[in-house]
Amino acid sequence: MLGRSIAGMRRFASTAAPATERMNMFTALNDAMRVAMETDPTAAVFGEDVAFGGVFRCTVDLREQFGEDRVFNSPLCEQGIAGFAIGYASVGRTAIAEIQFADYIFPAFDQIVNEAAKFRYRSGNQWDCGKLTFRAPYGAVGHGAHYHSQSPEAYFAHTPGLKVVIPRNPVQAKGLLLASIRDPNPVVFFEPKALYRASVAEVPVGDFTIPLGQADIVRSGTDVTLVGWGAQMRVLEETCDMAEEAGVSCELIDLQTILPWDVDTIEQSVRKTGRLIVSHEAPRTGGFAGEIASTIQERCFLSLEAPIMRVTGYDTPFPLAHEKFYLPDALKNFEAIKKIVNY
Amino acid sequence: MALRFLTKSMPLAVARTQRRFLAPSASSKHMSTVVGSGEFPGGQTVPYVNTIAVVDPKEKDVIPAYRILDQQGKLVPGGQVPEGLTEEVVVDLYKGMIRLNQMDNVFYDAQRQGRISFYMTAFGEEGTLFGSAAAIKPRDMVFAQYREAGVLMYRGFTLDQFADQLFSNEGDLGKGRQMPVHYGSKELNYQTVSSPLATQLPQAAGAAYGFKVAKEDRIAICYFGEGAASEGDFHAALNFAATRDCPVLYFARNNGYAISTPVKDQFRGDGIASRGAGYGIPVIRVDGNDLFAVYEVTKKARELIMTGGRPVLVEAMSYRQGHHSTSDDSTRYREVSEIKYWKDTNCPINRLKLYMLDQGWWSEERDQALKDAERTNVLQALAKAEAKGIPEMQTMFDDVYHEKPRHIQEQEQEMLDHVAKYPDHYASDGH
Repeated sequence: MLGRSIAGMRRFASTAAPATERMNMFTALNDAMRVAMETDPTAAVFGEDVAFGGVFRCTVDLREQFGEDRVFNSPLCEQGIAGFAIGYASVGRTAIAEIQFADYIFPAFDQIVNEAAKFRYRSGNQWDCGKLTFRAPYGAVGHGAHYHSQSPEAYFAHTPGLKVVIPRNPVQAKGLLLASIRDPNPVVFFEPKALYRASVAEVPVGDFTIPLGQADIVRSGTDVTLVGWGAQMRVLEETCDMAEEAGVSCELIDLQTILPWDVDTIEQSVRKTGRLIVSHEAPRTGGFAGEIASTIQERCFLSLEAPIMRVTGYDTPFPLAHEKFYLPDALKNFEAIKKIVNY
Repeated sequence: MALRFLTKSMPLAVARTQRRFLAPSASSKHMSTVVGSGEFPGGQTVPYVNTIAVVDPKEKDVIPAYRILDQQGKLVPGGQVPEGLTEEVVVDLYKGMIRLNQMDNVFYDAQRQGRISFYMTAFGEEGTLFGSAAAIKPRDMVFAQYREAGVLMYRGFTLDQFADQLFSNEGDLGKGRQMPVHYGSKELNYQTVSSPLATQLPQAAGAAYGFKVAKEDRIAICYFGEGAASEGDFHAALNFAATRDCPVLYFARNNGYAISTPVKDQFRGDGIASRGAGYGIPVIRVDGNDLFAVYEVTKKARELIMTGGRPVLVEAMSYRQGHHSTSDDSTRYREVSEIKYWKDTNCPINRLKLYMLDQGWWSEERDQALKDAERTNVLQALAKAEAKGIPEMQTMFDDVYHEKPRHIQEQEQEMLDHVAKYPDHYASDGH
């Protein structure tokens, strides 16, 4: 395995195309953790049910490879997982902690917001817990209702000291997770669970990272800028296809890092297109689209041809029977495109 | 499956439970007869009985507290001065307690005069702090609540360093960002204090686990009050520490009050110590006003942790002689006579002093001279710290992250530009 990652790095260094392997999102995340643990003997993976491979299979075989001291189950207690992870990281070791669903991260909110995020600042940089990453599956899954569907990124985006990262596919998942684990700041890493099996791609083998804090322009376009992240990117791809058929050219941007977010890339795009739609699954009020809209309005006031639009979940808890009606699907986004170009 | 459970190792299990169950219950009216046992997942063997067995903690004996010195400073029957506590060491520990006491006196008054914004004293808990601090190793990692300045002082944090933190001046290791008494020192293995109660408890388990897997010869010691032990993080921490066999010493300071809340409103069990058993953690209760006993117990706990490879819970019984903080007048919820009783009859400093006088190691003259000298030392540190300015304003934007993200750089510039425009308005020193 080590040989494989070294070979991968060498391939990257050369001009030849890197070797890839077909992976879905959970195998890509598993691969990222394997690389992280191979390259850092202090790295430990823990959380509820991770030892047997995790309820989403993300940690499968890691215990066999790295031993039970480094891959272990925790008691069923999110505040404990978070506090334990902070302490482990505070003595210079790498903590990769899993919260089983993002919906259950709230018991750990105090540890993440009051402790992890402020650890470095409050001590005058004497202490930090930067070698800490929280992974949590997030987002709609078809039938998850209130507590297996939430997208809580905006709560954490309001917390200086944290980084918040969300990948859209297996390649991004691996590169961004490795970058998050190695970033010298605490990172909350949300994984779109709807894509664990559904999203499949050729993923570079071995060691590689994708920088945090940088958005990714997925499609270039001239008429409208569409910004999203995570599972919503699939929806927006569909929207772009619908728009193209209707003769509208969309620039699609994956934000990738929610905090600190890449203002420049969005700003440049909106200066070009003059129109911006931000779309996320989370409820509208207080959602991260509001932050993007406000910032871009300040920076691109003279370039904007229409009001910035938000296509989001409604301001209700996430429903079961009505999920289809609740979600900001491709058609709702397409309607927004029609409105914004005809404004 | 069921069959296997019924047959496998049953005689042994019955023998074990009979020993455990029937012997101690001679006085009990709930005498039950064991009629077999069952094995449940996780290897637990549970005996079955033929009458309902109500296990009522009120019928259990109170966990005793270890004591070496009585309230007159005499050794209790069978009591011995702990090994290692020579005259020189004891006198030094006493000097430390006096220094802390004088620091508390001076800075409490300084807050009353409005010279610092906040303060918390450790009156009455000096024995707990110095006794435990002396019994652990300098490499052991301290996780404190906030009333443990004595531990940091024992480790060598200077009066100047304390004063700089209290004045949030340019000398403060914390760069003036946190409220007074939120001390921390990387050099002294003392993690920076934060206000949210009990958050340090699961963190201590995580740090200790790190020491264990790295095979480092060190433990984490985590202090907290009996009030903080009601937080969910207490439960999380003890359960995590037990299940991962973490080398961590949980040290409860049970001083009778959490701000105004007496322990009868805090819990109904036998203090904090009784909870250890439920988590599978060995416990020791100690007279927290007896420095010798606290020292011996902490040393013993550390040995148990290192040899047993598992956590230990210590509960030090004490009394909060001072107000909760400078924002609190404790006579609104407790009698002055109660405070006076503890000060007069059960003060850790007096108890050790009486012992030292008995031994001929100390005199009233030396005592007064020491107190005067330490008071002067603290006043000097205060004056020095008060004369220093606060850190440069833009340092407010440092250390949010390891690096400074662009949006924070922009906000820093925004603040600097604004202050440059209105310099007079922002000219005050910020206290």
